[in-house]
Amino acid sequence: MRLLRPRPTPPSPAEPGDVLAAAEALHVRLGSRVVLHGVSVAARAGEVLALVGPNGAGKSTLLGALAGDLPVAEGGVRIHGRPASEWSAPELALRRAVLPQSAELSFPFTVEEVVRMGRAPWAAIGAEEDDAAVAEAMARAEVTAFAGRPFSALSGGERARVALARVLAQRASLLLLDEPTAALDLKHQELVLRLCRERARAGDAVVVVLHDLGLAAAYAHRVAILRAGKVAADGPPDEVFSDRLLSEVYDQEVEVLPHPRTGAVLVTPKRDS
Amino acid sequence: MTVLEKTEQEAAAEVPPRRRRTTGWLLTVGMAVGLLVLVPVAAGIGAYPIPVADVLASVQHKVGLGGHELDRVAESVLWNVRFPRIVLALLVGASLGCAGALMQGVFGNPLAEPGTIGVSVGAAVGAVASISLGLSFFGNWTLPAMAFAAGLGTVLLVYGMSRSGGRTEVVTLILTGIAVNAFCGALVGLFIFLADTAAVNQITFWQLGSLSQATWERVLAVLPCAAIGLLLAPLYSRRLDLLALGDRPARHLGVDVERLRIVLILVVALLTAAAVSVAGVIGFVGLVVPHLLRMAAGPGHRFLVPGSALGGAVVLLGADLAARTMAAPAELPLGVLTALLGSPFFFWLLRRTRRKQGGWA
Repeated sequence: MRLLRPRPTPPSPAEPGDVLAAAEALHVRLGSRVVLHGVSVAARAGEVLALVGPNGAGKSTLLGALAGDLPVAEGGVRIHGRPASEWSAPELALRRAVLPQSAELSFPFTVEEVVRMGRAPWAAIGAEEDDAAVAEAMARAEVTAFAGRPFSALSGGERARVALARVLAQRASLLLLDEPTAALDLKHQELVLRLCRERARAGDAVVVVLHDLGLAAAYAHRVAILRAGKVAADGPPDEVFSDRLLSEVYDQEVEVLPHPRTGAVLVTPKRDS
Repeated sequence: MTVLEKTEQEAAAEVPPRRRRTTGWLLTVGMAVGLLVLVPVAAGIGAYPIPVADVLASVQHKVGLGGHELDRVAESVLWNVRFPRIVLALLVGASLGCAGALMQGVFGNPLAEPGTIGVSVGAAVGAVASISLGLSFFGNWTLPAMAFAAGLGTVLLVYGMSRSGGRTEVVTLILTGIAVNAFCGALVGLFIFLADTAAVNQITFWQLGSLSQATWERVLAVLPCAAIGLLLAPLYSRRLDLLALGDRPARHLGVDVERLRIVLILVVALLTAAAVSVAGVIGFVGLVVPHLLRMAAGPGHRFLVPGSALGGAVVLLGADLAARTMAAPAELPLGVLTALLGSPFFFWLLRRTRRKQGGWA
């Protein structure tokens, strides 16, 4: 079967600032509901882009569209410069890696086997650094200690890190992470976002859906705030995070203040005391 | 971090997959040896006993490597009765084992099996229809072809009904299986009602599951189905592993999921049709064999798919040998025997899952 199919072309290296994924006036319909109305965002090599916004604003849908998972109703999605629908599944797999919101597994594969699945796209073009990539990804996500345990025996936070290690092992230059910090404790939340920064510094484009605005302010180069399927604001966090905008978007009084020691942006809901 | 800790971590990282791989190899060698021993023994045992040495000598003579011919009766029993039956047992067992492993992978569900979800009975409807209506448009291949068509229809039906949002819930799958089994059972009953007496005997016998009517013609009739299925299945092992992550993540790793599913459903239908059209409904082989192998050697399909074919062949050859010798000179129906042994395994599996994870949601 494989003989009949052309080999997937390996990706060409990206220059910093290249747009690796872009939504252009994108409309997406799920069932009869229009979830995204004319969204335009760009994920650039060397940048962490955070997608934030209230529940149901369309963050995960936008991430799915940027991954090439969803049919486009209007507008377009480009991945590595080409319309998403023009890539074959094996070619896309060499160019973008996706961390789903929840990690599931039907059979009791071990942690190392799961991480190794991230290398599958490269088997088609005969890459040789599999072992190194797997070991490095496991070390980065701090899962090496339980590499031999079955995935099903892990806690939620451990599973989330294993899933992240699998995504890192794929070594795609576009990383799309859907709430990677949701199941994690404080230390590992910081670890994951530091990893995002590292990948960006190494030249990847990272798109990450976050609920924690403080994390987004601290680690993202740019933030896109979504509200009811539209982009309410897009820019560096210290420019777009304002009391007024966030309070309005979340329908909840929010304060944005400088950190007393470092001056970094802090976001906190206003609580009467 | 001390050096000791680090080596311990590395050891933890590397030993289990490697040990699993070793277990896989050991099991493969063990099953192959089991097969090599079982075949001549099964060929020798029966109403007309033939010493194993004579069996080997006759085989050697046939392939032109020395040995000697046996007397006419022994030669005829061996080559016209025993060997076709053994080859059929191997083909049917391998098909069922392999089909079970594939289905469990495709549905992402360890309970999927041609028998439990009704594909076998579905294929049986096609086969019974061809006996009852006396169809012969494809000659010798009519019955397997009908079984394949009906089996394929049933898998597609079960697949379509039990999947929603890219997942198969166990309860829906099993309930669909019950409904399909009931409906197809009724259709089989209807065809029996329509058939004449000779055909009724043939159908009833075949419904219980048996290899006693094995001939070389029958071997040839199912060989294409079984061979194509068994040769194609291992090509998809790696992609089946990725499917365990779910549809979307598998796609993100470069698997064309819809295409993979359709190809594998075709392969399952081929394998089930091959087994059902000659042997009737033989349950549980496709459930038990992949399960045991997965417990021993892990869930990786690169071992599981060919391993289940090999294991299925060994189990069914052993079961058929038991079926025809335990109550000699009478013969137990093979399907009855596998169900007698397989159902308790199913009970055990249910209990074990309840204990470990509170049952299937």
